[in-house]
Amino acid sequence: MNQLVKQGFSPVVSHRKKDGSAWTVKEKIFLGLTPGDYFSEQFRNPFNWILAVIYAVGLPIIIGRFIYGLGWVTHSSYDYPWGLFLGFGLFTMVPLSASGFMMGTTVELFGRSDFKPIERLGLLNGLLGYLFAVVFLQVDLGQPWRLIYPMFVSLGPAAVLFLVAWHVATYLSCQIAELVPAFAEWMGLPRAKKFIKSIVLGLTIAGIILSTLHQGALGGLFTYAPGKIHPLWYSSPFQWFHFLCSAIFAGLSMLIVVSTLCKWFMRWRCDENFLNSLDRLTLGIAKGAALALITYLAIKLIAVAHDNEWQYIFTGWGQWFLLEITIGVIVPLILFTMAIRNDSADLARLGAFIAVLGIVLNRLNTALIAFNWNLYQDIPHWREVVICITVYSTYIVVYRAILARMPILYTWKE
Amino acid sequence: MKKLNRRFFLKGGMAGTALLADTGLAKKASAADTFGGYPDSMGVLVDFTKCVGCRSCEAACNKEQGLPAPDKPFDYMSVFDERHKGQKRRTTEKAYTVVNRYNIKDREQGPVFRKFQCNHCNEPACLTSCFVNAYTKTKEGAVIYDPTVCVGCRTCMIACPFYVPAYSYSNPINPVIKKCIMCYDTRLKFGRPPACVEACPQEVMTFGKRKDLIKLGHNRIQKNPEKYIDHLYGEKEVGGTAWMYMSDVPFEELGFNTHLGEQPIISYVKEFLTIVPMVLTIWPALFTGFYLLANRKEAFKNEKPSGNE
Repeated sequence: MNQLVKQGFSPVVSHRKKDGSAWTVKEKIFLGLTPGDYFSEQFRNPFNWILAVIYAVGLPIIIGRFIYGLGWVTHSSYDYPWGLFLGFGLFTMVPLSASGFMMGTTVELFGRSDFKPIERLGLLNGLLGYLFAVVFLQVDLGQPWRLIYPMFVSLGPAAVLFLVAWHVATYLSCQIAELVPAFAEWMGLPRAKKFIKSIVLGLTIAGIILSTLHQGALGGLFTYAPGKIHPLWYSSPFQWFHFLCSAIFAGLSMLIVVSTLCKWFMRWRCDENFLNSLDRLTLGIAKGAALALITYLAIKLIAVAHDNEWQYIFTGWGQWFLLEITIGVIVPLILFTMAIRNDSADLARLGAFIAVLGIVLNRLNTALIAFNWNLYQDIPHWREVVICITVYSTYIVVYRAILARMPILYTWKE
Repeated sequence: MKKLNRRFFLKGGMAGTALLADTGLAKKASAADTFGGYPDSMGVLVDFTKCVGCRSCEAACNKEQGLPAPDKPFDYMSVFDERHKGQKRRTTEKAYTVVNRYNIKDREQGPVFRKFQCNHCNEPACLTSCFVNAYTKTKEGAVIYDPTVCVGCRTCMIACPFYVPAYSYSNPINPVIKKCIMCYDTRLKFGRPPACVEACPQEVMTFGKRKDLIKLGHNRIQKNPEKYIDHLYGEKEVGGTAWMYMSDVPFEELGFNTHLGEQPIISYVKEFLTIVPMVLTIWPALFTGFYLLANRKEAFKNEKPSGNE
């Protein structure tokens, strides 16, 4: 696409063609190209070939999971009931999607309208991350068709997962509502946009409440397992705050990573407004992430002190813990600080990339690696890994399809 | 425009708070003091010094619960040498109870055999972690489970400090949790002891009211202080369990976790549950306050012209 744009093609940015006639929905879906041009363009894209290979292997395995059961794709471990689907899919995707409520808060609540060009990307990153966390959950649940049971059939309101279920469901609706304006502009539904605008403050505050609680609740889920999780990754009083606070820099870092990828690979879809302000906004987001990182580092160490776990620091697990803290917290913190001081957005991008990897490591440590630390290590089944890659690829495909069409990276011209 | 915004926000905010307060209240109710068990609940006292490892209890359980035939018959003693990832046998979807052999150094009578099944906690972690309320602690003391509402999240397996619940992973249509229910449906409900207890030729297990069993156990220890370890495992562990154990070798040598503490598992979760109602009530006002503060300059701007008029 980048090449097509260089040759003078301009994708849909308003309801009217150059000659003044209206775009049809079908034409909008094809970005203003003819179907033939569109598909040959997709065909040329090497990334689509990689996706094709992933689907060729992954789709049959996903189908097999529902025909032969979880036992076919996992080790059916009774000791490790949660594997990669939740360890990666739920516990990592959700914090990396905290950008939605962070950007909503920044722009709508704190009135920082200078962050507007990246607000919608933050919201979309939030929505899709949650959506696919639910997809991962559906792959993992023994009986996914009973997903609504905790809502309407048999309620266990004292359980942490009950809170997660309700909050993720409400927050998903909330995020869909927050993105209605983008959809409404694209489809030409001004009244829907106006309505959302009138309730945006309520939506934003609801987003903050729901995010605080379910990000925390994902940590709270692990407080059910004292003794199973290594003490350095377990803290009854602070677990929820560790998860919430790390979600803040995780979401912000993910936003920096995604915006960087957009800048590189979807430049044709970004408008001047987005591209010109991106470096400044990246540094602004890096500031927020740095604040969250230093808070997280402090409260992590306080948790170790609170439970007096210093003796573990000098064991093998302690080294692993320190490695996680160094890579996932201290290095990004230093990079962000240097980036802000030297006004270098690229340095912040590097920091964000490392912070995202750090979060993945932290959540996998809590859910899988340091879980059952005095039993044995369970290496996930290869089919489990393939399914994770396939679902994550679908996430990227949907993400890319929406970015290519709706006014997320560009401003709609009325 | 401004006023409209705020009114809409208040409406939305109130409805949201009301909805969420519902769930918050329910959580608060469960955050009451430790429950401690039903007064007349039943239990089983297991004396490992008597067990010879004949596996009759395993066979009785299999028959009573209608479980599939085991991979190896119940009179095969080679199962004691089985290891899965270095671990001895554990409860599975096909076996709600297993006996394991522990070779103890310098023990005259030879190895110790340990029967293992659900301990039926007073405040079960599985029950408190279940978001569809599939578990019930009956007044008779059993922790039973309703498979018709199970979604299959397997949080109970994460939460159980004893690694008891198993899951029928191999079933694609109706996978459910599988665990000992103390023969509730067929026996306990009618005041009869579980099948495994009745089947034991060595009378390793004593069935009775939990509070009586505690006395009985301590008496037995008092009469034979040089024989028994002075500890009834399960009397206080994680808030107390219906099944309790006595042994002549330290419990950690029999694979028991002796670091579980006396608090029920839910007490570790309460620290988080406590913040839930606080966030629900404080955040709306706090963040609306931030909004007003952050946008104060615009508010002044809007007011000025009207003040001059």
